[in-house]
Formats: sequence, structure tokens, C-alpha cells
Amino acid sequence: MDYQYTLLILCLPIVSFLILGIGGKWLSHKAAGLIGTLSIGTVAVLSYYTAFHYFAERGADGTFASIVPINFEWLPFYVGNLHFDMGILLDPISVMMLIVISTVSLMVHIYSFGYMHGERGFQRYYAFLSLFTMSMLGLVVATNIFQMYMFWELVGVCSYLLIGFYFTEKPAIAASKKAFIVTRFADLGFLVGILVFGYYTGSFSFDFTENFQYAAGALHGVAPDAAKAIAAGGFILPTALFLMFIGGAGKSAMFPLHIWLPDAMEGPTPVSALIHAATMVVAGVFQVARMFPMWIQYAPETLHYVAWIGAFTAFYAAAVACAQSDIKRVLAFSTISQIAFMMVALGVCTEMTTGHEHVGSVGYMASMFHLFTHAMFKATLFLCAGCIIHAVHSNEMSAMGGMRKYMPVTNWTFLIATLAISGIPPFSGFFSKDEILSASFAYSPVMGWVMTGIAAMTAFYMFRVYYGIFWGTENKQLHEELKAHGHFGEAPLVMTAPLVLLTLFTVFCGWALPGSFGSFVSADGQAYNIHLDPQIAITSVVIACISIGLATWIYIRSSQPVAERLKAAMPHLHEWAYRRFYIDEIYQFVTHRIIFAYISRPIAWFDRHVVDGTLNGLASGANYVGESIRPLQSGRLQQYAYVFLLGVVVLFFIMII
Amino acid sequence: MNFLSIFVLIPLVMLLALWLVKGQKAIRTVMVTGSTALLAMAVYLTVAFLTDRAAGADAEMLYTASFAWFEPLHIYYSVGVDGISVAMLLLSGVIVFTGTFVSWDMCKEYFLWFTLLSLGVFGFFISVDMFTMFMFYEVALIPMYLLIGVWGTGKKEYSAMKLTLMLMGGSAFLMCGIFGIFYGAGGQTMNLVEIANHTGGAHAIKLSEQMVWFPMTFVGFGVLGALFPFHTWSPDGHASAPTAVSMLHAGVLMKLGGYGCFRIAMYLMPEATHELAWIFLILTGISVVYGAFSACVQTDLKYINAYSSVSHCGLVLFALLMINETACSGAIIQMLSHGLMTALFFALIGMIYGRTHTRDIRELSGLMRIMPFLAVGYVIAGLGNLGLPGLSGFVAEMTIFVGAFQHADTFHRVLTILACSSIVTTAVYILRMVGKILYGKCTNEHHLALTDATLVERFPVVVLICCIAAIGLAPFFVSHLVNGGVVPIVNHILAVAG
Repeated sequence: MDYQYTLLILCLPIVSFLILGIGGKWLSHKAAGLIGTLSIGTVAVLSYYTAFHYFAERGADGTFASIVPINFEWLPFYVGNLHFDMGILLDPISVMMLIVISTVSLMVHIYSFGYMHGERGFQRYYAFLSLFTMSMLGLVVATNIFQMYMFWELVGVCSYLLIGFYFTEKPAIAASKKAFIVTRFADLGFLVGILVFGYYTGSFSFDFTENFQYAAGALHGVAPDAAKAIAAGGFILPTALFLMFIGGAGKSAMFPLHIWLPDAMEGPTPVSALIHAATMVVAGVFQVARMFPMWIQYAPETLHYVAWIGAFTAFYAAAVACAQSDIKRVLAFSTISQIAFMMVALGVCTEMTTGHEHVGSVGYMASMFHLFTHAMFKATLFLCAGCIIHAVHSNEMSAMGGMRKYMPVTNWTFLIATLAISGIPPFSGFFSKDEILSASFAYSPVMGWVMTGIAAMTAFYMFRVYYGIFWGTENKQLHEELKAHGHFGEAPLVMTAPLVLLTLFTVFCGWALPGSFGSFVSADGQAYNIHLDPQIAITSVVIACISIGLATWIYIRSSQPVAERLKAAMPHLHEWAYRRFYIDEIYQFVTHRIIFAYISRPIAWFDRHVVDGTLNGLASGANYVGESIRPLQSGRLQQYAYVFLLGVVVLFFIMII
Repeated sequence: MNFLSIFVLIPLVMLLALWLVKGQKAIRTVMVTGSTALLAMAVYLTVAFLTDRAAGADAEMLYTASFAWFEPLHIYYSVGVDGISVAMLLLSGVIVFTGTFVSWDMCKEYFLWFTLLSLGVFGFFISVDMFTMFMFYEVALIPMYLLIGVWGTGKKEYSAMKLTLMLMGGSAFLMCGIFGIFYGAGGQTMNLVEIANHTGGAHAIKLSEQMVWFPMTFVGFGVLGALFPFHTWSPDGHASAPTAVSMLHAGVLMKLGGYGCFRIAMYLMPEATHELAWIFLILTGISVVYGAFSACVQTDLKYINAYSSVSHCGLVLFALLMINETACSGAIIQMLSHGLMTALFFALIGMIYGRTHTRDIRELSGLMRIMPFLAVGYVIAGLGNLGLPGLSGFVAEMTIFVGAFQHADTFHRVLTILACSSIVTTAVYILRMVGKILYGKCTNEHHLALTDATLVERFPVVVLICCIAAIGLAPFFVSHLVNGGVVPIVNHILAVAG
């Protein structure tokens, strides 16, 4: 139980970032890629080692201990127990996240050798990937909310830098700016939430029940004093938690803060796989899960708001995804929708139940499970999309069609991941989604049916995009042209190998894990045996199959009369969905028309003309007065004599009176 | 002779040497040697100070010395430092050192004024006698006029005149304030520590008098600290000033304002501080938000940075007025952090301007491909400015916000949240600027042939980035150093006024 070496997990990527960032200019592409990959590879090995080690040791009460091998005061605040600590916390969810992040990151590192081959800025790309991986790892192992916030900001910046990787392209610049500013706006909520939370509970630590096991030399965190906060006002904790959730909603692209994520697809595709599908965007879910003991105990009603926000987001994103033609955008909206599933799962928890049933808090486990499985299959989907884009040099479905003939490996891995996201057994997505559905049904049948419906939509739009890429109408002309130039066909091994590896997770981690996922991660730490509720499982599979059948009927053929007819029957709906219900336009209006035109410009004008004008006025006033009294000093003797005489007369009269 | 006086002596020797030597090489030698010595002394002082504090020297000011200067008015040349002054001296050392390299090609007269300016700055930070402080303050202000008026760009005469007049206006208030304090406390001593602790013949200043002198002193220093609505010298002044002067001015001189507000206005008049803080909190709160929004629509790089300084320096005064240990420590860290970051910004803007001969963001684009080193430095400076963790801005802002949040009443809460909102606005103007000038494709064919930074230019940039990163990565050193100086002052204010 000596986990001091976990510090290396954070330090290695920093080292490779510094080497690549400072010395990248002098390194060849191959050397730069190898340095990055080796350091992340080592991190992955260490993460797996930690996980095996950690999950092998169950405490006497059947739970896994929360271990803090390192914790120290990074920035003192000089008020009570408020201090900004840095440390490493190992508990089931953070160890699970270590696995997710290091696995996906390593796959993306390997994959990028092929995808980014010969790109200008290759070293910079790997440097940012290292920095991102470090920040994300730091975020999940944070021992306190402030450390989480710090790494939260860092991943935001990495995301900014990587979305804007092609910084000479206008859309990339705009997208990176938008991503950063929207999430920053949300982070304002997070920051204020932290401040409120810290002020009223007197601690930033995650050690809610004071059961962390601190290694020798590690600074002890103090449990936040919820009673003190409640004494100050019952609304305080729910408010603080909800404000923090706003930050999470920004990162995890909850409606209406989701607008940055689809645009973020301007970044290189492996980046989308790593940051905007598997890791950073689930930070919001992770944050709610981290604060879960607080939520469930002190703000269960507010938690249900989170569930409904999640449900609406899931629906909205699924609806938009049905009408997009850019495959990365479909995947982006599908990510939004799936993350919303995780939020819903957390939100439908009603109470912290103990024992083997976990009725009230099964959603917590379901959410983490879905986070895990989703990271794997969504990364696969994005990496597959990367292979396809690499082949046809376009994101549009119109450039694809019939690709199954040319890219068999991509076809099969994409199909498996699509089946998983649609919730078809025995793939991992089925198991996790089923748990989410049963948690939703346990909370309320309405939520249960809503989520089942959205799951059906998921199956529909995912198969729509699958058929659009690999079946459907083939763009023969383009494909012939590309074939003539060579380089058209299956991606190189360095790109397909990560696909296959990630697919293995999707195929096996639903049912082949020893003792199922629930035995590792659950709300109260007790092992929870995942069991399928046959009624829910069968319903959802049947509905998913119907959706898939529908999608097959509409989209598999090379001519698609049904789709055309549907589009023609509901032109407005299609247009609205394609335009993402004009949410972006509303933002555009608010920022440019209102903030810039009605706040910034008037302030700048006021500053130049009123504040500064007053001062200039004072200056010219002084000048004017000076000019006006200057004639008095004329140097003419007669004038002085007159004035002198006048003075004498005046004085004379004054003295008489 | 006291060991602190070396900070005044070195610039004096430099002035003499500059006066005597001829030729660019000799001038550079003098400047580099002198500024290196200053920086080395500042580092040495920091180490010595920390060692002595650790060894148990717990007097409020260390290394004190006092020499009668003008006995009838009780004016002494008294020096002494605490954690805050040490931090400020270190900052000044770094900025003067890097500023020297940035103004590599300037002539002898420029360096004479530049050194005189540094002399004033260093003298100000080591003094504990109000009058001596005021004198050094004036010494620092006057060279500004010539530096901008002669070596500046654009509307330099107007800007130089405006800057000098406004700051002199501030000084007039300040002088009234200082004499008010002096006579209010009994007219026996000008020493800050003695007046505050009512020793050396000083007694408590009556509240009715404090209510007059506090606003005067605070506004007097506030003008230099870019307090709304007395900040308008800053955009014009910075825009016209030569690069190193902008660096020194925004980096160090504006800190004199915050330092003076804390050390003279608030420390010596706690009751008035307590009574009147709300007015100035509103003004500084406006500065923070207003500066940030104004920066969003500026088109001149230096104007953007000047308004950003208004916002960040507003945060310094804002935090000081929160009067608690955390917020005030945060304010001092923010002074350091802002000093380093703005200096870096101005240095880079100067280097870009020196190549492109324009600072208009509408005419610049795609510089990342043309001058990668400068562009990367610029991105780092920008990210530091918007509070990227790992750089100094984040540390300062978080300390300030946590401190400001310790006031539970609605008034303070609302202002604090407003101030927090500046993190979003900052992101908007920084990313707008970075996106416009560095990214994209270069559309101006004259810019395509430009070269990246030379070695002499790279050196100060790297030094500044290292300093910013050092504070950002290991903030506990700075925080403890600064806190040692803040605690007695804050406790004094709270004990007297609370």
C-alpha cells in the first residue's frame, strides 16, 4: 500500500512536455513521437500496475480504501483549514479514470504516428498531448476541489491549444476561442461554487467522511463541515453544488453550454477522440461523482434538476445528430448525448443506500460504468472516423459511402462500437446503458421511458452514420480519383492496431471482467453485482433493434427514397435540426450584438470621451484661464500705472469705510 | 552605512559611470553590470531576509537604519524592509535587469534617465520615512516625462504631458496627505512604523482628520495604481512610451501606487480605512470590470494591455481594501505577478512593433509562422494574464478571491463575484488579440520577410517567463514571504478599527 510511485504518473508527461516543447525544434518527427509515446506508455504501465495493486486489496468492511500517498500545501490561504493542496488520491473512481485516460491516451499517441504523419508542428502536437494527459491525470487524482479546478483550467487550455492546432485555418481559430470562452464562462460558476463551498464548510478537501488513509508525511485534509453550512442557510450547499455543476456542465457540454463541442471538431481527429470524446468532456460527470456524497446527502432535489438537464440535453443532442451530415459532428452530438446519459444516471440517485441492493444509488455505478465503456467505444468511433477522413480527405458523408470494401478493419471496429453504443449485447455499451435505464426507471417511469426513447434514437442515428459511411450511396467519382493518386484504402497498421485494441475493451469489458464493474466501483464502495433486469433489458434491446432495422431500411441502399421523402415531408424540422436549433446563432447574437456592441463599445467610448474628456477639459480650461489672464502682464508701463492708481483709490475707500 | 542603501548606491554609481563613459559598448557594460548587481543584491536580500526571519528576527522591519536629514521637520533617511518590500525589490530587480536588455540599442541619455527612474523605485521600496518615500516617488516620476517625450512614439508630447500632469496632480494630493498625517500624529516623526504604533512621539490621528487625509493619500497613490476614474494616463502613456519604459512603468511604477496605498494610507489611518473602504471598493470594482470590458474592443496592442493593467491593478487595490490577511497577501502576489506579466507583454509588443511598425491588430496576422519565438512568448504571456494555472496570475487571483470571499455581507459578495467575472472577460480580450495577430495567415507581404527575435531579445523574455512560471509552480515561497509582511499591517488595521 505504498503508492508514492504514482507521482511518476504525473511527472513523466510533464518531462516529455518540456522536452518536446523546448527542444522540439531540434528533434525529428520520429524521435518526438517516440518520446511522447514512451512517456505515456510508461504512464499506462504504471496506471495498470496501480489498478491491479489497488483493486486486489479489499478492506475488512468490503470496500476499497481511499489512499492519499502524497498531499502537501501548495498555496496557503491563511484562513482556518482553507488551503490549496496538491496531492494524489487513489480511490475506485480515480483509479478507474487512470486506466481510461492512460489507455485512450496511449492509443491516440500511437495512432497519431500515422494520422499526423508529416504534418507541420508534429512535435508541438505531441507536446500538447503530453501536457493534456498530465493535466487530465492530475484532475482525476485531485485530493481537493481546488486542485481539481486548477487541472480543470489546464485541460481547458490544452483543449484550446489542440483545437487550434491548425492555427492558420480560420474555423480552427474561431472554434478554439469559442471552446475556451464558453467553458471559461461556465468555470466562473465552478469558481464561485468552490468559494461558497469553502467559505461555509471551511475546507476544500474531498475527505468528506474523514476515512482517507494518508501516507506518512502527507498533509491531512479536514472534512468539510456541512453542519456549519446548513446552520448558515439550508440553500447554501445546494447552491454551491449547483454552481460547481455549472462548471461541469460547461466541460461536459450540457445544454445550453454545449455549443463549443461540435465546433471543437476542427481539431485533429485523434485529439477529438482523446479530449472531446473520452476524457476531458467527462470531467463534469467525474466532478459530480466526486462530490456525490455531498450531493446525495445535502442536495438530492438539486441533483434531480441535474438529471432533467441531462435528459433534455440527451434528447436535444440525439435529435440534432439525426440531421447532421458531417460524421465528426454526428459523433460530437452523440458524445453530448451519451455524457448526458451519465449525468442522468447520477441525477436519478435518490439516497445513499447500503447493502447489496443499492436501489437509490445504483445510478452512480451506472454512470461510472457508462463513462468507462463510452470512453472506449467512442474513442474507437472517432479513431475510425479519423481513418476514413484520412482516406477521403473530407468529413462529409457525401464523400463516403460504400467504404466497407476499401477499409475492412475500420468497418468492423466501427460496426462493433456502433452496436455497443446502440446497446446491443454482448458489447459493453449494452451493460452500462441497461444499468442507467434501470436506475432511471427506479427513479421515475417517465424518466425511464424518456431515456429508453433516447437510447432508441441513439441506435437510429448511429446506424444512419454507419450506413452513410460504409454502405449507402458511394461517391464513386471521388473514390476513383483518390485511387488514381494511390493512398486510398485501409489505414496503416499503426492506425488500425489501436482500433482493434480499443475494440477488445468494447467486446469484453461488459461481461468478462472478474466480478463485473460494479464490484469495483459503487456509491458506497461495497461490491455490487451487476444483474440485468430482464424486463428493462429486453425492452431496450427490442426497441434498439427496431431503430436499427428502421435505419437499415432507410439508409443501407444506394438510393434512399425514404430519407428524401422524410426530408421533404418535414423541411423545417430537418433544417432546424441541421442548424442545431439555432442555439449558436443566439449565442452569436448575445456576444456580438449585446456584449460587444452594448457593453464594451460604450464603455470604451465613455472612457475616451467622458472620463478622459473631463481631464482634457480641465487641462484646456487651465490653459484658457492662463491665456486669458496673460494680457494683464502686458509690460506696458501706463497700464501698470493705471492699475496701481486704481488700487490706491480702492484701498483709500476701504480704509475710509 | 546600512546594507539596504546599496540599492540606492548602485544606481548612483551607474549614473556617474554612464556620465563618464563613451561609446555604446561601454554604456552597455555599465548598464548590464549595474542591473545585474541590483538583481543579485535583490536575490541576496531575499535569501538573507528569509534566513533571518527563520532564525527568529521578528521585528516588523529588518535591517533598519536612520540618519537625520532635516532635523527641524523630523525628516530622516530611514530604511528598513519587510516581506512586502523584499518582494517588491526583487520584482524591481528583475524588471530593471530585463529592461536593460530590451533597450539594448538606446543612447546614453536614455540610460541616464532610465537609471534615475530605477533609483527612485528602489529608494521608494527601502524607505520607511514618509518624506523620503515621497521624495523617491517624485524622483521616479520625473524621468518618465523625458523618457516618453523624447524617445516615445506616436502622440508622445501629449502623452508625456498628460501622464506627468496627472501623476503630479496625484502627488499634490499625496503631499497634503503626508503632511496631514505628520501633523495629525503630533508632528514629531515621519517614520511609518512609529506613527502606526504611536511610538517616537506620535499619537493616534483623530478620526475627523483621518477622514480628510485618507482619501487624499489613497487617491494620490491610487492615480499611479490606475484607480478609476484617474486611470486615463495609462493607455496613452503606455502607448507612447518606449518599450523598456512601459515595462518599468507598468511593471514596477504602478506597484508604487498599491504599495503606498497599503503602507501609508491604510496602515496609518485604520479607522478611516474602515469607514471609507466601501467607496474605494466600488471604484476599484469598477476598475476591474471596466478595464476588462474596455480592453475587449481596443485595436492597439498597447491599449489592450494598458486597459488590462487597469483591470489587474484594480484587482490589487480591490483586494487590499478587503482588509484581511488572505486578500492582502493575494494583492501583493498580484502586484508581483502583474508586474512580471505586463513587463513581458510590453517587451514582446515592443519587439513586434520594432519589426512590423504597427501595433494595430487589424493590420497584423499570422505572426506565429513568421516569428515563432516571439509568438510563443506572446501566447504564454497571454495565457498567464488570463490566469493559466502554473503561471503566476492564477495563484494571485485565487488568493484574492478566497480572501475577498471571507466577507459574508451582500455588498462584498456582489463585488467579489463581479471581480471574479473578469476572468471570463480577460479570456475574451486575450484570445481575441492572440487569435487576430498570431494565428491565421499573414496577409501583409511586408511582414513575410521579418525575422524572429535576436539572442539579446530572447534573453529577457526567457528570464521573465521563468520568473512567472517559478511563482506559478511554487507559490508557497512567495506567499509566505509576502504574508510575513502583510500580517502585522492587517492585524494592526483590524485591531485599531475592528
